[in-house]
Amino acid sequence: MKVFAPITFLGKTTLAVIEFLGSLGLLLRDATRMVRPALVTGRGKRMGWQNLWYQMVRVGINSIGIVSLVVFCIGAILSLQMEPILSQYGAVDKIADIIGVAMFRELGPLVAAITLTGFAGASIAAELGTMKVSEELEALESQAISPVRFLVVPRVLATTVMMVCLAVIADLMGVLGGLFVCTFVLDVSAELYLRATFTAIVMKDFVSGLFKAGVFGCVLSLIACHLGMNVQGGAEGVGVATTKTVVYTIVALTFIDLGFTAAFFYLGL
Amino acid sequence: MKEKSRRWTRMNADTMKITHEILGAAFEVAHDLAIKVNKATKRFGTRTVLDAIELDVRRGETLVILGGSGSGKSTLLRMMIGSVPIDGGDIEVMGKSLCKLTATELDDYRKSIGVLFQSGALYNSMSIADNVALPLREHTDLTEETIEVMVKIKLELVGLREHATKLPSEISGGMKKRAGLARALALDPKILFYDEPSAGLDPVTSAEIDALIIQLNKVLGVTSVVVTHEMDSAFRIADRMVLLDRGKFIVSGSPDEMKNSTDPLVRQFVYGLTEGPLTERKRTGSYESDLLMENI
Repeated sequence: MKVFAPITFLGKTTLAVIEFLGSLGLLLRDATRMVRPALVTGRGKRMGWQNLWYQMVRVGINSIGIVSLVVFCIGAILSLQMEPILSQYGAVDKIADIIGVAMFRELGPLVAAITLTGFAGASIAAELGTMKVSEELEALESQAISPVRFLVVPRVLATTVMMVCLAVIADLMGVLGGLFVCTFVLDVSAELYLRATFTAIVMKDFVSGLFKAGVFGCVLSLIACHLGMNVQGGAEGVGVATTKTVVYTIVALTFIDLGFTAAFFYLGL
Repeated sequence: MKEKSRRWTRMNADTMKITHEILGAAFEVAHDLAIKVNKATKRFGTRTVLDAIELDVRRGETLVILGGSGSGKSTLLRMMIGSVPIDGGDIEVMGKSLCKLTATELDDYRKSIGVLFQSGALYNSMSIADNVALPLREHTDLTEETIEVMVKIKLELVGLREHATKLPSEISGGMKKRAGLARALALDPKILFYDEPSAGLDPVTSAEIDALIIQLNKVLGVTSVVVTHEMDSAFRIADRMVLLDRGKFIVSGSPDEMKNSTDPLVRQFVYGLTEGPLTERKRTGSYESDLLMENI
């Protein structure tokens, strides 16, 4: 029977992945259906702007510092790593071009999303998981208040919007990280660095990065909400959901990014 | 011939009168029922938790559903509030079948009931006042000033008006239950469901909650369905009691009838005896097979 164990494992894993993706799809459908009524209709259907603003502050504003620090460091690290190789070809001034394009197209949105996964995704999963355990979600339903409209829609909207904003900040901070190292360590002038950066970056780099950031934000918050709202058991279940949120989101973000990059590559964008 | 015709007419009139009386009585009974559980069944996988149970809850009464842990009483309550789907049979609440309700009708039904959860289930990020105000803000067009007044009235009813601005984490377990009750009362429900209202409370606080349930029943005239296994509390509040065991109701009656029951199982449950059918069951094979089933 051990011969079939890998096949059984593969089958079970595949089914689990399909089920998980299906559940996410259904949550996305429900949340999407409720966005419009939440924005425009009257009582019993609307979202609560205070709640949306609170989530935007919690997810976005509060994470500006940590996202900036992480991306700044990555920009600096990249500069230091590239210098020995590029100096062999006398192309140290190309550091700015590479960092600029890499940050705006790829690293800014991705690193910001991964940082936000740990900062906000885990927190959303733990919060909703605790609400599930303490019967708060059931209480909402028993009062004819949809948990998807009341809890998921504000979190998904806030995370998606703030992820786009954070991506802009991350792009700039990454460039600043590179600028810092180039100016103070590698003797490249700031003016040269900035001119090279803005020459290398074109609008499609910026826009494609922001589009990816929006998708990352949406996926991140959906995974966190889904796993949080489906916690089984007590405190242990909340812990499991939190860990799963971080792991599943990072895997999902990486795959989505790969998909986008491949698509942009073949489309020549 | 005339005599025959007269007798026929009289017989017809009598039959009509009797039919009218029977139909009238049936209508009265049906009209008097708040909830009718009709052969409701619930299964989790291969395990049948509730097996074609039948139950009538009359308007204005306080019905206590008793049962040990895992007997299915909380599942039944969740079926009655529309949280858990019914696998077989039906539950009618105020003449409407829960199985046939559309999403909008289910929302309307939920607005007409109040539920007190075991833990209180207060929204931890909101103050007590905001917890009570939430259903009013969500489902009514009342102004904030009116909502404020209504919240004060509801909190006064449960003796928590001076704690309105506190967060759930700043109040005791008994106060959380009372705040949960105030929130359940927010939309003036016709039926109140209580899930283990005395669980985890000290005897004095438990008695206070019971007194509150009785008071609300008398003052507001609501129908109450209480799920509990706390016998002291059950005897204090119940107009009628039913005992659920292994997915079936095994007895129904007034508190006095339950106390005087000669059924060994009822006596063991009511008086908390260590010897009886419930403990016997655990010693016999059925318990072992239950364990084996669960392990499978």
